[in-house]
Amino acid sequence: MLSDVAWADHLEVRYGNHPVWSDANFRIRRGEFVAIIGPNGAGKTTLFRVLLGLIRPSGGRVEVLGGPPRRGNPRIGYVPQSHEVDKDTTVEAEQLVRLGFSGNRWVPNVTPRQFRAEREAAETALRSVGATELARKALGEMSGGELQRIFLAEALAGQPEILLLDEPLSSLDLRRATEFVALVHSLVRSREVATLLVSHDINPLIHHLDKVVYLANGRVATGPPREVLTSERLTELYGAPVEVLRDSRGNLVIVGGEDSHQDEAA
Amino acid sequence: MTGLGWVWWGWNVFGDLRTMLQYEFIRNAFAAGTVIAVLGGVVSYLVVLRRSSFASHAIGHIGFSGAAGAVLFSVNPLYGLLLFTTVSGGGMALLGERASHRDVEIGTVLAFTLGLGLLFLSFYRGYATEAYSILFGEIVGISSAQVVFTWETAIPVLAVLAFVYRPLLFASLDPEVAEAKGMPTLALGVVFMLALAVAISVAVTIIGVLLIFALTVTPAAIAIRLAKRPLHAILISVAVAVLATWAGIFIAFYEVEPVSFFIVTIIFATYLVVRLVPSGSRLASRLRSSTTE
Repeated sequence: MLSDVAWADHLEVRYGNHPVWSDANFRIRRGEFVAIIGPNGAGKTTLFRVLLGLIRPSGGRVEVLGGPPRRGNPRIGYVPQSHEVDKDTTVEAEQLVRLGFSGNRWVPNVTPRQFRAEREAAETALRSVGATELARKALGEMSGGELQRIFLAEALAGQPEILLLDEPLSSLDLRRATEFVALVHSLVRSREVATLLVSHDINPLIHHLDKVVYLANGRVATGPPREVLTSERLTELYGAPVEVLRDSRGNLVIVGGEDSHQDEAA
Repeated sequence: MTGLGWVWWGWNVFGDLRTMLQYEFIRNAFAAGTVIAVLGGVVSYLVVLRRSSFASHAIGHIGFSGAAGAVLFSVNPLYGLLLFTTVSGGGMALLGERASHRDVEIGTVLAFTLGLGLLFLSFYRGYATEAYSILFGEIVGISSAQVVFTWETAIPVLAVLAFVYRPLLFASLDPEVAEAKGMPTLALGVVFMLALAVAISVAVTIIGVLLIFALTVTPAAIAIRLAKRPLHAILISVAVAVLATWAGIFIAFYEVEPVSFFIVTIIFATYLVVRLVPSGSRLASRLRSSTTE
């Protein structure tokens, strides 16, 4: 389909002889906000590595931006899991964002026009994540929440059509996580960038999502949150009784399954 | 090895400089020292950014064995240095990830090669002077041919670094994202380590193996406290290395102490100043805020 930025058809990934998950089917459309949810070790990061062309799937078909996944696709922006910078580094934030724009280009900047293009791309990206005032701050002095916004700006500086965010919420408290998700949601809408966000907790995301990819027990369930996050679907996915409870504000508690302990936190 | 101490200090610095430059060995010292300091200044920024200072230290010492071996076979010690440093540097880079995190492996190889260096020296009768100049540097004894060789080695390395500058910066600052963006991070690591190896080899002629930190780590350690932009930090790092080298050669013309001592001391003093001044002002502001509470 033309509006699909990525799709998978009976996709399967193995590490050696051990299948991580199989029979994954999903379609991600342009400008969609998708959460990849599941317990630790379910293979959420593995899915990203497939889309980035860093792992070859063992079965099924997958396409990203109209072709097979390939390493170094400049149309994908990526923020890795537990991403950090050296705490001693005095390099200012804007410099990292600039590398998100031009770090993969070999020929050094020479003309003023090249320098200006790089600076403007970085400034625009910083502005879009509300981090203009952080441009001159040293990366080593930043809080977890500030760093996440800078990494987001770095990923956005390359004008991606797909954004892959691996556990960006894990270093944030609930309030910061909620703010960050709202920021990502507004970027998804304003830039029409399809965004896949890995999280082990659905609750900060629940009101913003278009789609959920739920990985558990070597299997994958995909669809709108309302359809996927039900007692029936998750019981089927885990192959064990699972109950999805909803509080008055719409927060979910998933009881049973392997990850019941994780979703209680929020 | 040792300074000259031929001339008394005078007030006429420029006149003295003119006198100084009439000597060929002083001209050679400035010519070689300048390009070596420029390369050292540039490379040291990457060493600090990639946290490879232990690797830098180790490569220098491994180079000592190469130089000692070369002396034994009556070859220019610089060739022995280049051979040992590039092989060990390239090897460290190929170990993968960041070589600086391979302290145990590097240290193990380092101890063995230093033993090898000792063996080479024991075979060589006149070793004392040679070993001394490899360990502590001897910029005033450098020949015109060595100056030319130094330039011919350093300039291509600087050109390569300029070409890979941005991807290398990206791979150093944010390796995971750089890799996902298709940057050859392992190959860039090898390029960096080879550049470091060459920088160390030529720097040994000025300040020697034991003092190598002063030209391949400290200039950037000073610079990153003064500048937050890589390009500015590199320029400061180069300026520190070059000015310290010039000043060291200049002072050594008057004093009998070794040139390397002056260079190292100037760089260390600068480091102390940039370390102490900002933390002093921070302490002052903390004291102020605690009294107002």
